[in-house]
Amino acid sequence: MSEETPAPSDLVEETVVVHGTSTEPRWKKLPLVWQLRRSVGLQRGMLVAGLVLCVLFLLLAVFAPLITPYSYNELSGPDGNFPRQAPPSAEHIWGTTVGGYDVFSRVIWGARTALLVVVVAIVASLFLGVLLGLVSGYLGGWLDRVLVTIADAIYAFPSLLLAIVLSIMISGGQSSFLGGILAAGLSITVVFVPQYFRVVRAETVRLKAEPFVESARVIGTSTPRILGRHVLRNATRSLPLILTLNASEAILTLAGLGFLGFGINPTAAAEWGYDLNRAIADVASGIWWTGVFPGAAIVLLVMGVTLVGESLNDLSDPRLRIRRRARTAPPPTPAEPVAEGAPR
Amino acid sequence: MSAVVEIKDLHVTFATDADPVTAVDGVSLQVQPGEVLAIVGESGSGKTVTAKTILRLLPETATVDGAVLLAGNDVVTLGPTQMRRVRGRDVAMVFQEPSAALNPVFPIGWQIAEGLRAHGTVSKQEARRRAIEVLGRVGIPDPEIRVDHYPHQFSGGQKQRIVIAMALVLGPKVIVADEPTTALDVTVQAEILDLLRLVRDEFGSSIVLITHNMGVVADLADRVAVMYRGKLVEQASASELFARPQHPYTQALLAAVPRLQAHSSEPDGGAAVSSSADGPEVAAVVTAEDLEVVYPGRFGRSGFRAVNGVSLRIGPGEVVGLVGESGSGKTTIGRTIAGLTPATGGSLQVLGHEMVGFRERAFRPLRARIGFVFQDPATSFNPLLTIGDCVAEPLVVHGRFPDVHAARVRVHELLDAVHLPTAYAARYPHELSGGQRQRASLARALALDPELLIADEPTSALDVSVQAKVLEVFAELQQRLGFATLFISHDLAVVAMVADRVGVLHRGELVELGTAAQVLGAPTHPYTQRLLASVPVPDPVAQRERRLALAALRA
Repeated sequence: MSEETPAPSDLVEETVVVHGTSTEPRWKKLPLVWQLRRSVGLQRGMLVAGLVLCVLFLLLAVFAPLITPYSYNELSGPDGNFPRQAPPSAEHIWGTTVGGYDVFSRVIWGARTALLVVVVAIVASLFLGVLLGLVSGYLGGWLDRVLVTIADAIYAFPSLLLAIVLSIMISGGQSSFLGGILAAGLSITVVFVPQYFRVVRAETVRLKAEPFVESARVIGTSTPRILGRHVLRNATRSLPLILTLNASEAILTLAGLGFLGFGINPTAAAEWGYDLNRAIADVASGIWWTGVFPGAAIVLLVMGVTLVGESLNDLSDPRLRIRRRARTAPPPTPAEPVAEGAPR
Repeated sequence: MSAVVEIKDLHVTFATDADPVTAVDGVSLQVQPGEVLAIVGESGSGKTVTAKTILRLLPETATVDGAVLLAGNDVVTLGPTQMRRVRGRDVAMVFQEPSAALNPVFPIGWQIAEGLRAHGTVSKQEARRRAIEVLGRVGIPDPEIRVDHYPHQFSGGQKQRIVIAMALVLGPKVIVADEPTTALDVTVQAEILDLLRLVRDEFGSSIVLITHNMGVVADLADRVAVMYRGKLVEQASASELFARPQHPYTQALLAAVPRLQAHSSEPDGGAAVSSSADGPEVAAVVTAEDLEVVYPGRFGRSGFRAVNGVSLRIGPGEVVGLVGESGSGKTTIGRTIAGLTPATGGSLQVLGHEMVGFRERAFRPLRARIGFVFQDPATSFNPLLTIGDCVAEPLVVHGRFPDVHAARVRVHELLDAVHLPTAYAARYPHELSGGQRQRASLARALALDPELLIADEPTSALDVSVQAKVLEVFAELQQRLGFATLFISHDLAVVAMVADRVGVLHRGELVELGTAAQVLGAPTHPYTQRLLASVPVPDPVAQRERRLALAALRA
């Protein structure tokens, strides 16, 4: 077939319309943004609600000093000591705790602690887990076996127990602000590393057999370059999803540690779990404000992060993703690539 | 006689992330009783969607408009319960991949009886009796014993027979066969086509055959409907269509089908042809002596011998074709030469380097002199890198250029050589069509001016007209650059188009090796003869004769 009489398929080739990506600005391809632009209906509602909640807590955490009338560890104002277990009033809009702290201030400052711990925990476990997963999955052999066994062993421990042991090991029970956050964050890390490790390792093992990785091997690419350029970016596609789901788990673990008394000292930082612990006795005596607000904060933040995670999960799966229904009489689109989107 | 299936002005639209896509656009078709209607077209032409509408097997994202009359019912408007009654009784389906269409955890007899149970109460003995009967009729030997066997105990061809038996057990008026032989080897394909002919003659079912293989159409179809981008462009009887295609698309489609004849290697073909005859004084690019490749077995079991005692020589600038059915070891040989699979016995010299017991570190510099084109263009590119980055990768890895930007001019040159617009360098792999991607893959393989190119089924994932274009580009570059090539394919006609010499593999052994004209014109080994005779040609008259010849050969 000569160049002058193009085959029918060539006509298709030249007129391919890409709802694609090389022509789009880079920011539109970023995780979240991409999903937000593609979502419709209930899934969009879930994603937006989750994002709003998360952004709200982020703002609270950042601007805590401006929003709150008192600091998280203030026990006295200009007119002397705060009353204890005082009901909500003009000075203390959400009341005060049994220790005399302002509930509103502590709840808002608590967002800062929670988010910091989440960031520490996730950054640490992400780097460690991804690195180990890549190397272990790609190289295989005895290293892989040893690492998988260790990961399995960590799975076998109750995660909260492990976190308690680690927080004691790291901080020795005494905790400053930074020490407490690091202790809480790293003890959560140990629980999460195996998860990232497993996911990335499984992806790497799958990618190892993909033709594009083999073609890199045929070219003679060195192993570090194959891992960095070809495997890493393809193996991390599902990470934003686990990340969000793990973030909510991290918040709960932190609250659990605080509740059990292994968290951060009340003088070092505000922490919802600790406040809840102190509020146990209040519940029986009808003092609701000390428990409800920190509890609600935990629930809302976890819900926000989980909503984002769940909708990301649905959106990343083409079978679960809701699409706008095609109108019965679509406008004629002559340049439409029929092959794309049509099921095989 | 009234039509069994009547499709009137069918429109099917899919909702996608982008704009809705019209897959079928105003198709009207009729299937007469006892007729084989072939719907042909390239991927994306809407042939499968049209046929699946008859069973209403479309995903939820589809919107169907128009009417599909099946035995008096309009399938488009039927409720789920009525639809269930229609499926199996009035219309049945044969899928492309027989191993995926059977449930691995149930015996086949149970699976056949499943259809009977879905349409009224049948006693166990009765269901079993009918399953055995239908298995016998589709040619499964010892059906009384085999009925209790599981799918993995059957070969691919037998599995497809069982799937056909499942479709037949309720005696449907129409069977929709979606690429029923595409996943099968040619010799098995010929048998399944015989069976489908028998289904029409003995059971009286009409068959809607969906295929892209014009040879299969010529072999089986009574009437042919050609689809192109959702529209029906031509409809005619098989003999009429092949003899006098009317629509330009049909003409182009038929012209693109490779014919079973050795390409004429003109004398001015130059070094490429002469060097193969020159003999040993020119150092061969690849020399295999009694090459063996054994895949290690599971613990305590002996390994699988994929390649057994193959001796082969590829001279500089020579194109050697390797053909064989699945499992014949042809891909393994290609991968062994590229150093992806270790050779375990004999001797294999690639560019003067011994590959038996080779070390990656020592072999790596030689990789610059070997190019590899993979079968599936969809997965052989890193989806996150642009085409330009992918093509530049070998140049950067072997230090010809410090980074991707510096290599841009060379990348444009390469894309130009495979007739791709240089602007495509900025696109991502999924933004190219299959044929374009395979050309880009060729550009990447040739980036370092290799002395040896290994092409592993480079066109088997492509449509015929796209395949023709890729082969044309390959032949042109081979002429110009004069690299040696190992061309691996299951398609004899494709190998015939490009190869100087052809080797035929059967169960890991090289049964025949000779010039393309020799092997295709006068095969000496009985396996080669059978393989050649099994290939259906796109000409109903010639195919009828070949069918008889094949029957004689089998007997």
